[in-house]
Amino acid sequence: MAMEASEIERLIIKAIPDAKVSIEDLRGDGDHYAAQVVSSQFEGKTRIQQHQMVYQALQGKMGGELHALALQTSAEET
Amino acid sequence: MNDNPVFARIQAAIDENPVLLFMKGSPMFPQCGFSAAVVQVLAETNVKFKGVDVLTDMEIREGVKAFSNWPTIPQLYVKGEFIGGCDIVREMHENGELKKLLEEKGAEFAK
Repeated sequence: MAMEASEIERLIIKAIPDAKVSIEDLRGDGDHYAAQVVSSQFEGKTRIQQHQMVYQALQGKMGGELHALALQTSAEET
Repeated sequence: MNDNPVFARIQAAIDENPVLLFMKGSPMFPQCGFSAAVVQVLAETNVKFKGVDVLTDMEIREGVKAFSNWPTIPQLYVKGEFIGGCDIVREMHENGELKKLLEEKGAEFAK
């Protein structure tokens, strides 16, 4: 099972429209990605809440179809 | 908290262990890179912690994901509070937040 980077990005932007998403395929196997997500919607939210928003956007694929996503979130561009 | 029997077991484990890591494998023999990374981070802070090997208990493995609405393992809890998974714990360690949190919450450290 694997996911395309473009699919991950599409799902995140569909749920978090103003998100700026950059995704790196860590091993080229479609199963291990790193992603940075920047969105004003993260403003005032804890890291856990921010990550949960991204996991929700991925509609249950996190931990299943998508084995590993090293995630970094922030409210504004760093 | 609903009356899911697995939640009661998870809550008991969290209450009994000030620093608790639900992981794959054990601290001595982690079975997954992310679990190993958190064990390494905790070792660097010198904090005393307990590992729960979810690979030996399917109910806990799935239950703990629903318990904290967090889809992956490992999961770190300090004094009953869910701190995060590998990404967040590593990020907190890198900027010194983890050690500060452990101290503030009165975790025990190895001498």
